[in-house]
Amino acid sequence: MQKKFSSDRYDPLGTERDDVSRRHFIKGVIACGTVAGAAGLMSGCSDGSDGGGSPAAGSVERMISINVNGMSRNVDVMPNETLAHTLRNKLGLTGTKLGCDRGSCGACTVMIDGVTHNSCSVLTHSVRTASVVTVEGVGGANGELHPVQQAMIEELAPQCGYCTPGQVVSGVALLQRNPNPTREEVRHALAGNLCRCGAYNNYINAIVKAAGSA
Amino acid sequence: MKDMMPSFNLVQPTDVESAINILAEAGENGWAMAGGQDSLDWFKDRIKRPHTVVDLSGIEALKGIRETADGVEIGALTTLTTVENNPIIKEKYGVLAMAAGRVASPQIRNKGTIGGNVSQDARCWYYRSGLDCYRAGGNTCYADTPEGMNREHCLFGASRCVAVSPSDTAVAVTTLEASMVIVGPGGERVVPASEYFIGPAIDITRMTVLEPGDVLTAIRIPSKWAGAQFFFEKVADRNSWDFPLVNMAAAMKISGGVIEDISLTCGAVECVPKRLTVVEDIVRGSEPNEETANLGAGAASRGASPLNYNHFKIPLMENLVKKAIRG
Repeated sequence: MQKKFSSDRYDPLGTERDDVSRRHFIKGVIACGTVAGAAGLMSGCSDGSDGGGSPAAGSVERMISINVNGMSRNVDVMPNETLAHTLRNKLGLTGTKLGCDRGSCGACTVMIDGVTHNSCSVLTHSVRTASVVTVEGVGGANGELHPVQQAMIEELAPQCGYCTPGQVVSGVALLQRNPNPTREEVRHALAGNLCRCGAYNNYINAIVKAAGSA
Repeated sequence: MKDMMPSFNLVQPTDVESAINILAEAGENGWAMAGGQDSLDWFKDRIKRPHTVVDLSGIEALKGIRETADGVEIGALTTLTTVENNPIIKEKYGVLAMAAGRVASPQIRNKGTIGGNVSQDARCWYYRSGLDCYRAGGNTCYADTPEGMNREHCLFGASRCVAVSPSDTAVAVTTLEASMVIVGPGGERVVPASEYFIGPAIDITRMTVLEPGDVLTAIRIPSKWAGAQFFFEKVADRNSWDFPLVNMAAAMKISGGVIEDISLTCGAVECVPKRLTVVEDIVRGSEPNEETANLGAGAASRGASPLNYNHFKIPLMENLVKKAIRG
């Protein structure tokens, strides 16, 4: 069966590449887009081209290191760069999603020193001395899922899944400060995470379930 | 990939004096940013385009809540979450804790500051979308027209502009008769909350007395209302991440079964938090019952001039006054 399947493809050189996963392909496209699109989309980012004048004395250094998921990462950060942009486009941490980019939806939620923030509404330069945890950093060192993530699978919490990383981070942050929340407290903690599919109850169920084992 | 906001120079001072100096040097191209929860949206929308952004969040002296000889002093850079959970505020000035806890969403309260929340700009969407209205320095109002969508706009104090004060904590701060500490190039000055917020008749382009280059450094709450009976309610279309349609804050001292003293403030019906002194005068000395509540409520909306779509704010405001008084 498998052989028949592979011979169905047009492959004049006979070198089929089965190792290209969809995820890697998409990440590659994002990287290419960053370079190709840089001239147009990001023209406002180069020093002084848009804001007028050269950098003022005392303006921040661009080469900084930030602590993300327990690792110190060196990165070139523009003064007007949001944390969501740095995480997604420079550090490859695309688990953090951008929904509205206006602090309204919570898809970009990350923990900064254990407290949830909308990473679209935080300048990366303001977290130089802080510790950032994204959805990639909530699980175990060997890829074990956090109890909140496991419970979300068991409770079929996500529908389309776009808001899920933000819901996970808000849930994990809640259990860190309050290991046994009431259902009402869970609702309050997730109040900043919009779910367009309306799967709120499933997310709350999952976090209540995880609270027992976290 | 999302578009970036236009570039600016970012300066991160660690003391107030440097911040004031940098802002003075930058002049009208400078921007003082506290939590950034509103500032960054202005920049992303390209409606405000400062050249120099002064990030105040690194100034530790502006953070924290301290008890003073007469009350409590809250650093302007204290986050709303800290205000909401602070034991002193919760115990003695509960109305402020309640108000802080009803602002926006948990993520925004974790970053947004009390200083930024009370000083935030008008939320009129015509203004926010970059139209050249009066408030933006233009020569018209888009909200106060026969077709204008003005459901969220004002009942009182319109003067060309019909935008309202959108802050939840501003009504609590006004009710508690706080004073605002402002540092600018000319030094420090202290302004009572009742004079801190200004309407369009005074200056149509600003919501507060803060001049460009000024920084609100602290909010001082006197002990006058400490431990009073507090009430706060915000009515909004959504329970999370929404601005009030009407909000109401009250502090009441009951003695011998009658209202000995009361402070009552209504938000989102005028460009400034509206202290309901007429209602206060009527109910002071009476029992906090249904009859008193009805008398007070009737006086609350006196003088209101609703726009096309915001008549509903009149009964809403009256009902909140009733709830505040009869408990």
